[in-house]
Amino acid sequence: MRAVFAQPSTIIVLLALAIFTGTIVVMAGNGDISTSLVKVLGMTLCFCLAAVAMDLIWGYTGILSLGHFAFFGIGGYAVGMWIMYARTEAIVVAAQASAALPPTPEEIRSAIGTQIFGVVGSAEIPPLWMFAHSFWLQMLMVILVPGLLAFVFGWLAFRSRVTGVYLSILTQAMTLALALYLFQNDSGLRGNNGLSGLQNIPGFEGTPQSDISIAFFIASAVALALGYVLCAWVVSGKFGSVIRGIRDDENRVRFLGYQVTHFKLFVFVLTAVICAIAGALYYPQAGIINPAEIAPIASIYLAVWVAIGGRGRLYGAILGAATVSLLSTWFTGGRVPDIDLGFTRILWVDWWTVLLGLSFVLVTLFAPKGLAGLFDYLRLPSAVKPYKGEPKRIK
Amino acid sequence: MPIHAAARAMRPLFAALARLTLGLVAAFAVLIGAAAAQPAPTPIEQLLLDHTAEIQESSRRTIGPVIDAIAASGIDGADTVLERWSNRELVARTTDGRIFLGARQGNDYVLSHVITGEELATAPRGDVSELRPNRGIQGLIATALVRFQLTNPDADVRKSAVASILSDPSEEQLPLLREALAAEETPSVKREMLLAERLLALRFADDEAERVAAIESFAGDISVTARAAITPLLATTTKVIEGEPAEDENVARVLSPGSETFGTAAAYDLLVRNDMAPAIIDAAQRDAALVANIENGSVAGVPVASLDSREARDEAYARLAAAGTVRPTLTEEDRDDLISGHTFYEAYLQPKAITDAAETALNGIQTKVGAYQVLDLSLDALSLASIYFLAAIGLAITFGVMGVINMAHGEFIMMGAYTGYVVQQFVPDRTLSIIIALPLAFAVGFVAGVILERLVIRWLYHRPLETLLATFGISIALQQLAKNIFGTQARPLTSPDWLAGSWEINAIAGISYIRIAIFVLALVFFAALLLVLNRTRLGLEVRSVTQNRRMASSMGINPDRINMLTFGLGSGIAGIAGIAIGLYAQVTSEIGQQYIVQSFMTVVVGGVGNVWGTLTGAAMIGFLQKGIEWFNPSNTLAAQTYMIIFIIIFIQFRPRGIFALKGRAAEA
Repeated sequence: MRAVFAQPSTIIVLLALAIFTGTIVVMAGNGDISTSLVKVLGMTLCFCLAAVAMDLIWGYTGILSLGHFAFFGIGGYAVGMWIMYARTEAIVVAAQASAALPPTPEEIRSAIGTQIFGVVGSAEIPPLWMFAHSFWLQMLMVILVPGLLAFVFGWLAFRSRVTGVYLSILTQAMTLALALYLFQNDSGLRGNNGLSGLQNIPGFEGTPQSDISIAFFIASAVALALGYVLCAWVVSGKFGSVIRGIRDDENRVRFLGYQVTHFKLFVFVLTAVICAIAGALYYPQAGIINPAEIAPIASIYLAVWVAIGGRGRLYGAILGAATVSLLSTWFTGGRVPDIDLGFTRILWVDWWTVLLGLSFVLVTLFAPKGLAGLFDYLRLPSAVKPYKGEPKRIK
Repeated sequence: MPIHAAARAMRPLFAALARLTLGLVAAFAVLIGAAAAQPAPTPIEQLLLDHTAEIQESSRRTIGPVIDAIAASGIDGADTVLERWSNRELVARTTDGRIFLGARQGNDYVLSHVITGEELATAPRGDVSELRPNRGIQGLIATALVRFQLTNPDADVRKSAVASILSDPSEEQLPLLREALAAEETPSVKREMLLAERLLALRFADDEAERVAAIESFAGDISVTARAAITPLLATTTKVIEGEPAEDENVARVLSPGSETFGTAAAYDLLVRNDMAPAIIDAAQRDAALVANIENGSVAGVPVASLDSREARDEAYARLAAAGTVRPTLTEEDRDDLISGHTFYEAYLQPKAITDAAETALNGIQTKVGAYQVLDLSLDALSLASIYFLAAIGLAITFGVMGVINMAHGEFIMMGAYTGYVVQQFVPDRTLSIIIALPLAFAVGFVAGVILERLVIRWLYHRPLETLLATFGISIALQQLAKNIFGTQARPLTSPDWLAGSWEINAIAGISYIRIAIFVLALVFFAALLLVLNRTRLGLEVRSVTQNRRMASSMGINPDRINMLTFGLGSGIAGIAGIAIGLYAQVTSEIGQQYIVQSFMTVVVGGVGNVWGTLTGAAMIGFLQKGIEWFNPSNTLAAQTYMIIFIIIFIQFRPRGIFALKGRAAEA
């Protein structure tokens, strides 16, 4: 652990995060910035946390997973189930309080079922929701479900030594399968309606959204700080050396006697859980989750953030995720003035994606170290060897 | 004296009578005068005159016998009269009720004979009322006309008569049809009459054996007509009886209440409907009764606040019942006793001989239908497989040769599809436009591929994962570009007329010509690629670079050139695949994306760098997807989910695909 804090980058990141969080909280408290902006910043912090995890699995371990946003989504769904159930229960109980007879448990359950699943033509509460009534059990699900899914999938994939682009495609297939499954109305998670109204936290009905948004912002910042320290700790010691060895030449590490499969599986599951926690903090701020959120493209964007920020450096992931997602929000939000070229108008809403795609190609080609590579010019001493691209293989 | 008095009293009456008589005579004179101006009614006119009141009233309820009388009169030309009536050409003269063929001329009507059309008289508009039979009457007339049409000299008329019988079959048509059948000589009409006769016979023949024979004659006939005719014969109703079903009842099957298809609730419901059991007090009624009997915050001594479970409410209701306030409800046991004391069964509406024959015939048909459904499904799967093959083969080549996954492959497909769309904007002739678009799409794909290879991929050869991401950047940029240029709405790519329609093998199996064309296209490309890879210098060089790049390079092959050409070739084929997919779905900026993941799967399952592998992979995924859809036809999303899961498991056993590269190349 000492090695973690010996690195100036960790101290700087934590310090910067603390200052940023403090500033925003104070400004939001004074009413200088809007609630929606606080939410956007809080959601960006969640993206940063997911990107840190992505950096751990891709930048350090060399596994390009195109499925980590699926875990992010599962975390969101898990927390969303509790929020929806508990809130609907409160509404139902309040509505039935005026009835002539006190409601039976069956009546409450069936009323909740109708409320939540009416949109998909069902009134039954599916077995998937059996823990939704309990906050603690459902929070456990935030960690258990993605962890278990990552474990099973990773075990199957790494055991049979699926590597490189094959693994990327396989993870993408996993995401697609999950998204398609959730799109069905009888998946038990309201099909393409998804879960909504997640910004209303049960038990805090009286609290204004401005306060809730600040609370989630702080929680996201704390989660990011903890996740950052955890990842930095994982990559700092001998374990970190082994996974970097796996990234650089998996077979050589295997021949040195390490159980490569176990190392990869551990990192895969750990990062999946971190992503799920990020998702669990993200969706109450976003307010709605639906299957489109975990379409394969979302996971690719996660990789894009990390690549633009700079792989193999955890702070690079934060930089990339924050820059790209905030710029995306800014450009697609319609706030940027359009450019009039005389013969045509450049609408940023239309052209931003083109710009993003091309700049991504440019970064890959000319700046494989990403934005964080710029820090090299500052000659910051670093205990961790920065990523220099995939090594050339001698065939 | 009283007589005189009476006579005197009657005098005014006599006078009145006399006046009346005079008037009548005068009227008759007018009538006779008018009648004298034209010939006496012909038999058909007499017949119409007899029924003139009903005809003029024009009511569907009363008109039936009149139509039948005309149709059965045997008068030559009766059908002409019915037709003219139906066509609203007839009029009635209100002065005497005679029916004529009427034609309006200014303020008068020219009245002609209903059959011959011979001009008989004219009448002012006020004296004529047009006969306007409504749709219902027209339908009745059409039915009556069938008997004339069945013997009409024109074969087409006879055919349409048979068709009209089949669209609305009824019992009395059977003898008519048989009569016509005996006289029929044209083979094609006779065939249809025979079919119609069998279809009518199996429903309406008096003799059971005759009906059975008609049913058996349809054994193995998979046409929809046959199935639609036989299936209703097996209709059942659910019945309940105390003890055993009656002897003459044709029992389809005895139901056991509580089974999955026939729950106890349904069984009890049937008892209630047949007045064999009292209606259940359901939860809503129970609660309503409880609410109605709340007194001072409690029901029958139970505090309302404690009524928060089903048991407590049942208990309170039982107390109310015991006090006689409400109707007692049956306990579960009572209900079960009532149910078990009765036999529930489904009974056929038709007699046993008929249902047995129908069942046998239908079983035979069903087996055959099943076989053809499998054939149909296989054709579907084959066409899906050929689309996957076309979409994936380019990817497989580039992946195989360069170890590079091109995420923008889907966008090359999209570019090909939009090329087709743009060509169609300039060349209106569909056939010509497709002929132009195919090579053009290849060219567009080829050029785009070469540019991408030269500008981006060349610099990333040793970093396959980064290639994946860089090409993804290209992919989203191209997709958004297409959206900006062509808009988000789907653009049509219309196939030539000769590709419209489909090849119907029979009522069940069929395939559209466009799918056949795509299949042929896939076969052509498969053959062409095999030829290029195995029989040309380029193919030799490509294969050698695939197997060992450095060794190939030492033998004087320029791997850079080969890479460029291969990438161009793969992208060009993607362009052609775009045309094929565009013809079959609509062109959108996301058209490539929809197929890209399946294309990856195809490549991964088949094994890279091998045309045969891609073929096998595409066939496997196509058949698998259709197969899963067959088990769960309503849910194609689930089919895709299960297919992907299957592939993930498949990769466990063959991580490098079905046709894996072996030897040193595999380690690269």
